[in-house]
Amino acid sequence: MVDNKQQWKAWLYLSPAIILLLVFTVWPIINTVRMAFLDGYKGLEAAGGATFNFGVQNFVKVVSYNRFLSCLGNTALLCVLTVPISTLLALLIAVCLNSIKALQKPLQTIFFLPYVTNTIAIGMVFAAMFNIVGSFIGTENELISNAGIINNIITFFGGSNVNWINAGSSYTANIVVMVVYIVWNALPFKILILLGGLQSVNKQYYEAAKVDGTSRSRTFWRITVPLLSPMIAYVVITGFIGGFKEYSSIVGIFGSTMGPPNLDRRLNTMVGFIYDSLSSNNQGRASAAALILFGIILVVTLLNLYVSKKRVHY
Amino acid sequence: MKVVLQNVTKVFPSRNKKSKETVLAVDDFTFTVPDGKLVGLLGPSGCGKSTTLYMISGLQKVSGGKIFFDDDDVTDLAAEKRGVGLVFQNYALYPHLTVRQNILFPLQNLKGADKLTKDEMLDRAVKAARLVQIDELMDRKPSELSGGQQQRVAIARALVKMPRVLLLDEPLSNLDARLRLQTREEIRRIQRETGITTVFVTHDQEEAMSISDLIVVMKKGVIQQIGKPQDVYDDPVNLFVAKFLGTPPINVFDGKVENGRLFIGEDAVLDVPGVENREVFVGVRPEGFVYDPAGALSCSLTGIEVMGRDISIVSEKDGKVVRSIVNSDVTVDPSAKDVRYSLKPNKVFIFNKATEERICF
Ligand SMILES: Nc1ncnc2c1ncn2[C@@H]1O[C@H](COP(=O)(O)OP(=O)(O)OP(=O)(O)O)[C@@H](O)[C@H]1O
Ligand SMILES: [Mg+2]
Repeated sequence: MVDNKQQWKAWLYLSPAIILLLVFTVWPIINTVRMAFLDGYKGLEAAGGATFNFGVQNFVKVVSYNRFLSCLGNTALLCVLTVPISTLLALLIAVCLNSIKALQKPLQTIFFLPYVTNTIAIGMVFAAMFNIVGSFIGTENELISNAGIINNIITFFGGSNVNWINAGSSYTANIVVMVVYIVWNALPFKILILLGGLQSVNKQYYEAAKVDGTSRSRTFWRITVPLLSPMIAYVVITGFIGGFKEYSSIVGIFGSTMGPPNLDRRLNTMVGFIYDSLSSNNQGRASAAALILFGIILVVTLLNLYVSKKRVHY
Repeated sequence: MKVVLQNVTKVFPSRNKKSKETVLAVDDFTFTVPDGKLVGLLGPSGCGKSTTLYMISGLQKVSGGKIFFDDDDVTDLAAEKRGVGLVFQNYALYPHLTVRQNILFPLQNLKGADKLTKDEMLDRAVKAARLVQIDELMDRKPSELSGGQQQRVAIARALVKMPRVLLLDEPLSNLDARLRLQTREEIRRIQRETGITTVFVTHDQEEAMSISDLIVVMKKGVIQQIGKPQDVYDDPVNLFVAKFLGTPPINVFDGKVENGRLFIGEDAVLDVPGVENREVFVGVRPEGFVYDPAGALSCSLTGIEVMGRDISIVSEKDGKVVRSIVNSDVTVDPSAKDVRYSLKPNKVFIFNKATEERICF
């Protein structure tokens, strides 16, 4: 125990962090809960002296919005698609990286680059690769829907052009673009974690498996995956949490309209809904949506933890 | 099945890219493991024992030479196809599988004509587990087992596929003294019962001597001597082998041969007819000393250790500690300043001072 006379010193040294946390983390959380439960709360009116009744009207409103349901659907769809794909791909790449000797370090660096690159910048590059977005719309539709490196590749192999993200593009095409982009963006972190896990696996398990005549695929499924299961669980859980907070990636591809030019907000997500509510000065509604998002993430994470308790070994 | 190693050599490339220096881990190793025998590979740390074992298993490629299983050349055969059982130094049990699943693992790998039904597999697993007496632990995970139990699981896993050769890499090094004794007897018993050709690596000479049919003493990748444990002990080819075998270790003196007589210091201890005059190393086994007040070798007494059946007399000769073991019915006066011994000729070895090779007399 620290001697009583010394304790004030400890508090003194802790105080900057505590004060910052109280002001910028603890109070906003409390305030979010407060605003969510004040019917129709609006910051400006509150500042003007208006009072609001306590109630759940914000939640009811949020849930009854069609827009909210589509945001929820988009978010869930992206999560369900991207988390498994990116985890499997990351596992595959990590295993490959781990098994080569030459060029391992430079390749590792290359795979990590997306992690340190700005999301919006990457999004713009992707948008350019899958048809260029922006100023051409309407006037030269034909040209735009054929543009982009991806379409060039598709036509090179004899396929026909796809309108990926421009006016008139299909929802499926939009989602494909988002999945490719989100997966690509999520890979570096996952590869890093899984590669770290692989490198700490005792090589003798593999030697033992070899002597026992184990095939490669069986070694992968029966030894590598179980031994990596704690890292895989971590990557999946953080993947779902990240997936439910998806926002900037969509802005990166589609701009702040969150959808193809003719269909504003078609790809809007939960976080996007919260931002929209905030910018229309509906803090109560935004807070309620934030709490709902929090609840969903909590449930999904608990579910993940429950599953991984059963499946994660040792 | 016998295992034949023919001029097997292993060179590791240097880690340091700048220097061209390489590590010669195993140098021109030629040796046959007879069918159904247990052979102990013995040598100090880093002498290439594990490397030799890994080359037999196929986990490491030979740099030169050939390996045969009976008459089949397996030099270029992958580890997966050699059908050997290998017990690693730290067991390498799969931590996420139960004992049963660990033992079943090699069986589930069998393909084609060798493929077994579920019942056959379980049957074989239980038999292997029974052989090493772990059939009650089948549902535990490796982390829930003691070191000795883990080791037995590792042996069961290696045995279950009925390997043509069983390779054990210092399997006892993690066990405490008692368990080690017990387990080495067990390995001996299992080997006898199954009749599988076995190579056992250890740096503990006592362990090797006690269970091997043949021992191979190695030093820096080179075979020093091959033979039955007792023969190697009684008839070492050089100073290294003489020093490496035996506890307490052999006593080594600087000596000389003059006119057919062997001198340690000023004491003429033995007649060695036919040996030319020269400086030599003299090795005397602890049990080669006979407590004899009229003996030729005189040492200054430092202490007496009683070990029950025997007593160990610790003394000094020309600044070197001499440890002898004599029967406990001999009474030695602990307050005496000097102690005199005569020597048993068959427990005395002399070695060339330059080459350390044995000189026979
Ligand atoms: N992968 C490797 N690369 C380079 N040198 C190696 C490698 N593996 C082993 N060596 C060297 O080869 C020599 C023999 O090693 P080995 O592992 O066979 O020794 P050992 O007799 O089993 O020793 P111990 O009793 O300590 O296990 C050592 O000098 C070691 O440093
Ligand atoms: Mg070794």
